[in-house]
Amino acid sequence: MKFGVVVFPGSNCDRDTLYAFGDLLGAETVALWHKDTDLKGVDFVVLPGGFSYGDYLRSGAIARFSPIMDAVINHANRGGYVLGICNGFQILTEAKLVPGVLLHNESRKFISKNIYIKAATTNSLLTNQLEPQQALKIPIAHGEGNYYIGTDGLKSLQDNDQILFHYCDENGNVTAEANPNGALLNIAGVTNKNRNVFGMMPHPERASDPVLGNTDGLKILESILQTVG
Amino acid sequence: MKVEAQLTDVATAEKLGLLPEEFEKICSILGRIPNFNELSIYAVMWSEHCSYKNSIVWLKTLPKEGARMLAMAGEENAGLVDIGDGIACAFKIESHNHPSAIEPYQGAATGVGGINRDIFTMGARPIAQLNSLRFGKLADEKTKWILRGVVKGIGDYGNAFGVPTVGGEVFFDDCFTVNPLVNAMSVGIVEGGKTVKAISYGAGNPVFIVGSHTGKDGIHGAAFASKDITEDSAKDLPSVQVGDPFQEKLLLEASLEAIQTDAIIGMQDMGAAGIICSTSEMSAKGEAGMVIWLDKVPTRQENMKPWEILLSESQERMLIVAEKGKEQAILDVFEKWDLNCVQIGEVTDGERLKFYMHDELVADVPAESLVLGGGAPVYHREYHEPAYLKEIAAYKNEAVPQPESLGDVMDHLATHPNLASKKWVYQQYDSTVGTVNMSTNLPSDAAIVDVRGTSKALALTVDCNSRYIYADPRKGTAIAVAEAARNIVCSGGEPVAITNCLNFGNPYNPEVYWQFVGAIQGMGDACTAFGTPVTGGNVSFYNQSSYEGPVFPSPVIGMVGVLDDKSQQTTLFFKRPGDLIYVLGEMTNDLGSSQYIYSYHGIRHSSCPEFSLEAELLLHETLKRIRGKQIAESMHDVSDGGLYITLIESGFFNKLGFSISTDNAIRTDAYLFGESQSRAVVSIDPHEQPILERILNATSIPFKLLGEVTDGAIEIDGVAYGDIQSVGHKYDSALENILNQ
Repeated sequence: MKFGVVVFPGSNCDRDTLYAFGDLLGAETVALWHKDTDLKGVDFVVLPGGFSYGDYLRSGAIARFSPIMDAVINHANRGGYVLGICNGFQILTEAKLVPGVLLHNESRKFISKNIYIKAATTNSLLTNQLEPQQALKIPIAHGEGNYYIGTDGLKSLQDNDQILFHYCDENGNVTAEANPNGALLNIAGVTNKNRNVFGMMPHPERASDPVLGNTDGLKILESILQTVG
Repeated sequence: MKVEAQLTDVATAEKLGLLPEEFEKICSILGRIPNFNELSIYAVMWSEHCSYKNSIVWLKTLPKEGARMLAMAGEENAGLVDIGDGIACAFKIESHNHPSAIEPYQGAATGVGGINRDIFTMGARPIAQLNSLRFGKLADEKTKWILRGVVKGIGDYGNAFGVPTVGGEVFFDDCFTVNPLVNAMSVGIVEGGKTVKAISYGAGNPVFIVGSHTGKDGIHGAAFASKDITEDSAKDLPSVQVGDPFQEKLLLEASLEAIQTDAIIGMQDMGAAGIICSTSEMSAKGEAGMVIWLDKVPTRQENMKPWEILLSESQERMLIVAEKGKEQAILDVFEKWDLNCVQIGEVTDGERLKFYMHDELVADVPAESLVLGGGAPVYHREYHEPAYLKEIAAYKNEAVPQPESLGDVMDHLATHPNLASKKWVYQQYDSTVGTVNMSTNLPSDAAIVDVRGTSKALALTVDCNSRYIYADPRKGTAIAVAEAARNIVCSGGEPVAITNCLNFGNPYNPEVYWQFVGAIQGMGDACTAFGTPVTGGNVSFYNQSSYEGPVFPSPVIGMVGVLDDKSQQTTLFFKRPGDLIYVLGEMTNDLGSSQYIYSYHGIRHSSCPEFSLEAELLLHETLKRIRGKQIAESMHDVSDGGLYITLIESGFFNKLGFSISTDNAIRTDAYLFGESQSRAVVSIDPHEQPILERILNATSIPFKLLGEVTDGAIEIDGVAYGDIQSVGHKYDSALENILNQ
C-alpha cells in the first residue's frame, strides 16, 4: 500500500506524517503538492495538520477548494482511503467527506497537551487492532477541535457506528473533565458511512517515535498497515 | 544626477531621535546637508536598536572564542555553532518589548516572526522556540490584558508557523507593569557549509525583494524601540508591525528551497529598519555598492514616500542578492510558493547606496557610514553606583522573621505566579509539532530536542532572575549563566554557547548604565568559566516608563547544550517510592533575594544569593560523574523558591511525595526556601547508594542525604504537609485562578 501525504502551503505536520508512515513504519510514502491534481497512484491519502492556507477564514475552508482536493474527493468517492488529522479533519468536514463540524474550543483558546482517547469501535481500519478499553496517550494541538453535529446527524453517526474515538481519562473513563475542547459526547474522531474516510483531532504521528517516550499513536497507524498494508 | 534637494535641519534631526552632534557628523560624511530621506535613514540606522552605539564598547569585552564557533558574534543574523556530525546549530534571542507594551498581540507575534527569520535566512530550519516573558502587577486588569495578548500572539504566530515552543520562563513583578519584557528565541539546524551569509558583492548581480508587500506599518519602529515609553506612546501605534504567520511559513519553505539552487550570493531578512537595514548591512559587509529602484518595490498602499518604503518594517520579507544569470531558479521557487520575488536593484562597484524613485535619485549614502563597526557612532556612557544599593547593603539575613507556619509559606510559594505552573501559558503553544520535543513525555531541567538522523539531542534553556541582578548585576548575571548551564548539565547535556537579550532601562541614566556594565562583566566571568562563548543577541534599552522608573535589569541568557548520545538524557522527576533523595551543594542560611522573603515577608531590598564559580563548576563536574555511572534516577537543580519547590516539582510527574529531614544548624525556612546557589537534588535507587557516596566523597562537594521518595505523602522533620496531588492541584490552577478573577 502506498501512502500520499498532501502538502498544502501552510501544512506543518506533513513532514512529521511522512516520517511516521515512511521512516518509522516502513511504508511507501510520497508527498502530494496542493497545486497538483495527480495522486501519483497512492492507495491511501493523508491530509496532515497545519494551517493549510493560513486558516484566517475558518480552518480548512479554503483548502477544500484546492486542486488536489478534487482528486482526493474523487478518490474517496471511489472508495479510496483518506485520513485527516487535525487540520486534515477540519478539511474533511469542510469537504463533507465526513459528517459534523469543528467549532472553536470551548475555552476559546488554542490547546496543546497530551490527552487520552480510546476506540469507540473496533470496526474500522484505524481501530481494529486496538483494545477498546485501552486509553491511548496522544497529543492534541488545535484551536478548533470542538466536534459538533445536529441531533439527526448524531443519531445516524451512532446508528452506523461511525464514532472512532472518545476523549477519556488515563483509566479509560469518558468524562467531562477528560474532554479538552467541549466536543459533543467527547468525540475525538469519526468515519464516514462507507468507512473509508477517517478524521481525528489528536495527532497519532506525534506519539509514534520511540525517541519521544510515547508510542501510543503508533498503535493506530500500525492498525492501518496490519489490515491493508 | 543630483540628489533630491529638500534639505533638513538640526531640529528635524532631533525630532527623528538624532543628537545635534550626530546631525553634524552626517553632514560631514555626506559633505552636504542631508535631505529628509537620508536623514531618516541615519535616524534608524544610528538608533540604539540597529547601531548598539551605547552598548558595543562593553559587548566587545564578552568572550567570543570557542572551538565550536562557526560565526563570530554580530557577524551574521544569528549565532552558529558546530554540534558535531557535520551539523551546525543557529540560534538567537531577541526582544519585542516596546511593541508588546502598546499592542501585545501583534507585538509578541511579530517578535516570534522576526527571530525565526533570523534563523532561516541563514539557511537553517528552525526546530525549536523558547521565550522569556516578564509582566507587571498581575492584579491589574491591564497586566492581564497584556499577558493574554502576548501569549495569544506568540501562540497564534508560532503555532501556524509550525515550530514547537519547547521552553521558557514567565516572571511577574510590579516594575514591569508599564513595560513588559517579551523575548523570543529560535533554534535551527543546518548542515555544515550550507549556510548563507548576509552579504552582497559582484557588480551587476540582481537584488530581489521577496515575500510580503511593503506597507506603512512599523515605520520608525527601530527608533520607537530606542526611547522611553510615555503616555504618548499609544500614538506610536503605527510603529507596531502586523504579522502574518502563513506568509512566514511560505517564506521559510521558499527561502530554504531557494538556497538549494546555489544561485544565492547573500540573504538577509527585513526586520528593524527594513530595506535600508538589509541593503546597507549586506553591502557594507561585501564592500560593495547598490542601486535600488524604490518604485519597483511591491507596496500595499499607493503613493508611499521614498522614506516610508526605505524604513517600513512590514513583516515576512527578505532581501536576496543572486548571481547574475542564475536568477530564474530563484524566481521559479518563489513562483511555486506564490510569493513576490521582484528585482529592485543591482549590486554596483564602490560603496554607495543609491536609491531612486521614478528615475529621481532620492538618497545617496555610503553603506559603511550607516552600520555598526563602520560609521555608526560609538559612545562611552557614564555610570555610577545606584542609590538603592545602600538599602541592599543594609539588609541583614538575621533580621528576617521566622515564619509562623512553614505550611503557610509552602502554600504561598507553590501558588505564587512566579513559581506555580505556567500551564495556562504554555498549553497555548504547540509544543509537539515537528515531533522532536523529547521533554513532552520525559521532562528535564532544560528542554531536550531530538536532532533527527544523528545520535544527538540539543538541550535548550532561557534563564534570568531579575531580582538577583537588581541586587548585584555582576553576580546576578553570573548566576543567570550558571543556572542555564546547571539546567543543561542536570539534563544530561554539555553546555556549548549562549545568546543574550539584554533588557535594561535608559542608558543615559548612569545608574542604569552601571547595571548594564555589571551585567556584562558577570556574563563575561561566567561564560569564560563554563566555556560557553557569547554568539550574539540583542540589546534592548529604554525599558522603563516615564512614571515608574527603569525595569529590573534583565539580561536573559539563552543557552544551547548538546547531548552526544540522546539516550543519556537525565529527567527531573522521581521514579519510585523508596528511592533516596540527596542534595548536592552547600545548604546555608542565605535568604537574600529569595521569592520567600520578597513576597511572603515583603522585603524588597536584600542581597543577591552568595555565589562562586568554583562551587558551581564543582557541582557540574560532580553531576557529570554521577551521570557517567548512570545511577541517577532524577536530577533537578535548586533555584527559584528553594529546595521545597525543587522537591515538589520532582514529585508531580509520577505523583510521588518525599519524606526529608532538615538540619538543626540551619534555619528551617532558609533550608527549605532559601535560594543559595550551586545546588541540585539527585534521586537514586537505594542499591546505588555506595557508588553515589563514593563519587561524592571523592570530591570536596558538600552533600546530604535528605530522605526518600514516598508514594505521595509530603513529610518534613516528621510533620505531615499533605500529599503531592493536592499540592499539585493548587500549583497547576494558581495562575489560571488569578486570571479568571
